[in-house]
Amino acid sequence: MAHFDNAFPFSEKWLDQRLAINTLKRVLSTEYWIPKNINFLWAMGMILAATFGLLLISGIFLLMYYIPDTSKAFDAVNYTIMSEVGYGWLWRHIHGVGASVVFLIIYIHMFTGIYYGSYKKGRELIWLSGMLLFVSFSAEAFSGYMLPWGQMSYWAGMVITNLFSMGSLELNGIVEWIRGDYVPGQAFLGRFFMLHVLLMPLLIMALIVLHFGTLRIPHVNNQDGEEIDFEEAAALWKAGRRKESKVIPFNPVFLSKDVFVMGVYFILFFYLVFYHFEFAMDPVNFDPADPLKTPAHIYPEWYFLWSYEILRPFSKDVGLIWFGFAQVIFMLLPFLDRSPYVAPANRRRPFRCWFWLLLIDMVTLTIMGKLPPTDPTYAMIGKIAAYTFIILWFALPFITMKEKLVGGKK
Amino acid sequence: MKELKILAVVVFFTLVTYYGVEPYAHHAMHKKVDANGNEIVYEHKGFTYPELKMPEGIKGNAENGKALSAACVGCHSIKSQNMPAPMDALASAGAYGVNPPDLSDAGALYDEGFLFHLMKNPAHALKVEHKFKNGKMHPMPPMAGDDQSAADLVAYFKSIAPKAEEITPKQAFESACGRCHANRYGKWTQIGDVPKTKKNIATGKDPERLKFDLKVADYQDKLAKYMGKLPPDLSIIIRARSEHFMENFIEDPQSELPGTAMPRVGLNKEGFEKVIAYLEETGDPSKPKRQAIGPWVIGFFIIFTLLAYLWKKSQWKDLH
Amino acid sequence: MSERRDFFGKALGAFAGLGALGALYAAKRTWDPLPSVKAGGFTTVDLSAAQENVLNTEMWRGKPIFILKVPKDDKQAYENKRLITVGGDKFLVAIGLCTHLGCIPAYFGEEHKFKCACHGGEFDAAGKDIKAPPPSPLVIPPFKLDGKKIVLGEEGPEYKKMKADGLVA
Repeated sequence: MAHFDNAFPFSEKWLDQRLAINTLKRVLSTEYWIPKNINFLWAMGMILAATFGLLLISGIFLLMYYIPDTSKAFDAVNYTIMSEVGYGWLWRHIHGVGASVVFLIIYIHMFTGIYYGSYKKGRELIWLSGMLLFVSFSAEAFSGYMLPWGQMSYWAGMVITNLFSMGSLELNGIVEWIRGDYVPGQAFLGRFFMLHVLLMPLLIMALIVLHFGTLRIPHVNNQDGEEIDFEEAAALWKAGRRKESKVIPFNPVFLSKDVFVMGVYFILFFYLVFYHFEFAMDPVNFDPADPLKTPAHIYPEWYFLWSYEILRPFSKDVGLIWFGFAQVIFMLLPFLDRSPYVAPANRRRPFRCWFWLLLIDMVTLTIMGKLPPTDPTYAMIGKIAAYTFIILWFALPFITMKEKLVGGKK
Repeated sequence: MKELKILAVVVFFTLVTYYGVEPYAHHAMHKKVDANGNEIVYEHKGFTYPELKMPEGIKGNAENGKALSAACVGCHSIKSQNMPAPMDALASAGAYGVNPPDLSDAGALYDEGFLFHLMKNPAHALKVEHKFKNGKMHPMPPMAGDDQSAADLVAYFKSIAPKAEEITPKQAFESACGRCHANRYGKWTQIGDVPKTKKNIATGKDPERLKFDLKVADYQDKLAKYMGKLPPDLSIIIRARSEHFMENFIEDPQSELPGTAMPRVGLNKEGFEKVIAYLEETGDPSKPKRQAIGPWVIGFFIIFTLLAYLWKKSQWKDLH
Repeated sequence: MSERRDFFGKALGAFAGLGALGALYAAKRTWDPLPSVKAGGFTTVDLSAAQENVLNTEMWRGKPIFILKVPKDDKQAYENKRLITVGGDKFLVAIGLCTHLGCIPAYFGEEHKFKCACHGGEFDAAGKDIKAPPPSPLVIPPFKLDGKKIVLGEEGPEYKKMKADGLVA
């Protein structure tokens, strides 16, 4: 039984006796040790949390006026919310731009992890929980895109659910089961509304908690991949020898850098929200859904283009197999990388080449995914890029087995 | 310095991706090519219609035009001259496929050369000859047998037209587009504004509104038969098409949708700008507010970042 | 040293708080009733066809409105200052909700009385409460006279005068 002596109600001492707020403060904030040797890329996690927060809040206001009915959804968004609701247009723009920009930050965050080797030697679950977050955000983005019920909503819904027929297996029953109907209609809209507004957000929030939890014991990585004795470094800091210590406390030191980077991010973010949003709010989706007319060009949102492009160069079944491969292969990174070294890519040979090739390949796949497949040049480049992707992943175990580490501290 | 290098790499890859996925890809998707695969670029003419110029040296006589205009009111109303339409909208649609527009502001909204050629050969001026061939006649017959009569009619309509400043964007839309296109956000249907009606609270129904909706449905039925499909509602078209597209399409529908049944409406520059202004009213009404608030929000975050930088600097000063 | 750090941290926090206030204002505006709802708050009723002692119920802002042309032989009700004079006739124009707990009373024409089924309250033909539990007469909605028409939702001069005399609630 804990000790509850005199303390003024709701004072710090009183709360600490009942909720251990001082312990929480130490563990989560003032004595949560982060390596000092970091750069601004380490702030991407917090930027993701902030962007998710913006999406949640803007989503709450949109939810007040959205109507998940195929005959009313388009006008609920484009008339009621955009012109009648006070600042409705602001929430919609924040939500649309946020949904697109969050993926830019996710990719930067992911590739930071790949570059610095932050997925191995105790950090495998951080990587895996992060990849599960990527999948959940993808599902959240896809389900959300259905809701305005524009032309792209309808036809993207049609095309992506068609994938589940599994090519030559022709599992049309499964496709109809997923849709709740032969084509995307009221049943389809209703269930994707449920997924977008309730199930996926809950899952994402649980995964974020897991992601933070998996980070606690291995600790955040640093620019050199150095294995730090956190106890020793923490003792140095607490003794006042801050310059010598290799760590900083999350609050206020790491937080101050985080918040500064966030500020820069918000300047760019709100510039996009107010002045430059068509990349996120595609004009095609401002045509109401028409089951009898396919748009001249159907394409997914930019963040799905790279895996969409892996589907395209091959025949139906082969394409589906490689598409499935692309979805899961990133999860296997900690296990395919056979090298024991945690170090930035520029010090790992030949992983250094692998990293930049992968990055350039993903950008190429993304751009090719948007270009019309009828052009032979684009088709050829897309095919080469798709093969490169596959070969890179198969090659990874082999090139990391014989890895050579260069430079760095001895 | 190292961080700046890292930032440069991140920005580089982001911009390359953006460029490829947006400007470059959109150009590739919307490129038009001829039979040999060469790119066709439509040259916008600033709503001057060079191929529909009035012949040199002809001066139209408005008085004579007034006399000739008696033929127009067989199908058209001219409300400003107290000439009502001979049939209601629905009956007109039944007869011609579409309700002919009121002509009060035609002289101000449409290009002079366009109107001239419209008098002589409607299907040609409207660029719908591809729809009316093999003996099929355009519902509007030629109104002028010779250049002088055509010029006289044009002069008459210009003389009765209000000044451009007096025409509201909504009026311009109703005259030039509203016969075929509804605008539900502006409460406009092809047969007129949606009336204010009241529900009968005993039955929960609104018979007056139901009757109106039935008339609209009837009209749209006839219109869809005449045009081949129902012209789309233009409520939010301003966000569904680029500025570029709208300019080209309204000047010459065939430039963006070859084979389309939409006629070239012959708007002059001021007429076009008024129509676009109305489309912005219904389709992007938050634009003024967005542009007013934007600088404040971005300015807030610039100051926020400055303060955050000062905080960060003070926290990290003696750590390295 | 640490005071400087704290100062900047606090300054940032305060400035961020300002931003949060702005966001809260936008959020408050999002909750506001929509313009179409506010515009729908006006109903016009034509009184010219009203028959004596026949109750007409209209809808205004989602509430029932009783419109009753009061019979001249109902002396007590006819003299009531809460009635509105339109073209030589006197009308009861009131929100048809019992002032006790909000049920809709029914009009019994022969008795010239409104009777509320919920707890037995009664109002006369001028809307005055004549039997408990309702504590006050039927509420008069804001109105404006326009010839033989009455516009509910707008505060006309007659309504303003009645309000000043304490006759509307």
